[in-house]
Amino acid sequence: MDFFRQVMVIAAKDLRAELRTKEAINGSLAFSLVILLLFSFAFDPTGDTTREISGGLLWIVFAFAGTLILNRSFARELPNDCLDALIAAPISGAALFLGKAIANYLLLLAMELVSLPIFGIFYNVRWTQRFPELLLVLLLGTWALTVLGTMTSALTVNIRLREVMLPVLVYPMMVPPMMAAMILTTDLLNGNPLGPGNMLWVRVLVGFDVVFTILGVTLIDTVLVG
Amino acid sequence: MRNRILLLLTFAFGALIVWNLKNILLGLPDEARQDAVYRILYFHAPAAIVGLTGFGVGMVFSGVYLATKNFYWDTLAAATTEVSLMLATINLVTGSIWGRQQWGVWWAWDARLTSMLVCWLVFAGYLMLRRAIEEPDTRARLCAVVSLFGTVNAWFVYKVIEWFPRLQHPGPVLSFRTGGKIDRQLETPFFWMVLAYLLLAIILIMIRMRQESVAREVDSMRRLAHA
Repeated sequence: MDFFRQVMVIAAKDLRAELRTKEAINGSLAFSLVILLLFSFAFDPTGDTTREISGGLLWIVFAFAGTLILNRSFARELPNDCLDALIAAPISGAALFLGKAIANYLLLLAMELVSLPIFGIFYNVRWTQRFPELLLVLLLGTWALTVLGTMTSALTVNIRLREVMLPVLVYPMMVPPMMAAMILTTDLLNGNPLGPGNMLWVRVLVGFDVVFTILGVTLIDTVLVG
Repeated sequence: MRNRILLLLTFAFGALIVWNLKNILLGLPDEARQDAVYRILYFHAPAAIVGLTGFGVGMVFSGVYLATKNFYWDTLAAATTEVSLMLATINLVTGSIWGRQQWGVWWAWDARLTSMLVCWLVFAGYLMLRRAIEEPDTRARLCAVVSLFGTVNAWFVYKVIEWFPRLQHPGPVLSFRTGGKIDRQLETPFFWMVLAYLLLAIILIMIRMRQESVAREVDSMRRLAHA
């Protein structure tokens, strides 16, 4: 029980710090708007093709804008040596990792839930018709991004070229969950339900989430302390 | 002793590759549909087999490093990953050339080649990370974690992309996978090529290890001189 309290304390601390400064979430939201705008020049935003690639577009926006939040996650602790204090605090690395992951998760979800309606308006995509299922895909896909991103954020926090190394490491590893989430989102935005045809991709998402959460929790001590 | 083994392996590799090339280029008949170009198979697929195995072996070495904290294993993991990345590059380049010939485009977004490209990017990131960290202990630790993450991820990529509706590759070809229908005459040189690539990989890893140990020695001498 103590463990969960520690996780929640870390998550609440991160969220509080973020909501007071709003530096990551504002940047991420503005960035997602810019990407949505840029997409409109790349292809005809009213055509039928838009609907066919809508899932892919949406997840590219989420991944790009999400990196801004994930990049800040551990880097925020660097001034005043807060990271050393956190590592020295009487909590396990796993609690620190999960706490930070939950805070990032909520911030990413907030960014996604704001950009989703904007995407719907800009590109004339009816995202509400299968919203509960879409929400499930968002929850699963975002957790995959969060776990990978939080781990990489911890990995790169102390090295020079941090801003360069995080995307270089994260994006290739994001391929399996992103692919599953893109296929599912495109299906759902086109009004097709989750069924035997695309259940495989839900399983991929769940499997990826479980495997990489376990890997992250077991390896975080190695990354932070050694 | 190590030099002698290296020399012996190099001779074995040289003899094997000459004999293989003679068999593949002069001994085998042309294929019915693809004519002579199918021979690129003997350079393309074995590189993938040995390269992907190398990434897995690199992960094992990284795991051993994390367990023992002995830098020997870290160097070995890095050398293995470097050589595997080279083999993956050979696989991608030959695959692209073969694709141009068979599918008409340099890059058809074929599922297997794409999964190799993803692995290539992950492990190129691993080597970039090695360059970005100065301190040997931190470098070994963080890179070992990336190697573990990357290899587990590579397995996901390999499986997931096979389900993605874009596979242009033929199904299982080799006879030990069910459904393979390749002729024995064409298959035997294939396995010899796998062995040749394996020998090449071992030779390169050994050379790389020697470079590293010399570099460490020079480094410690420099430290001594400064002290």
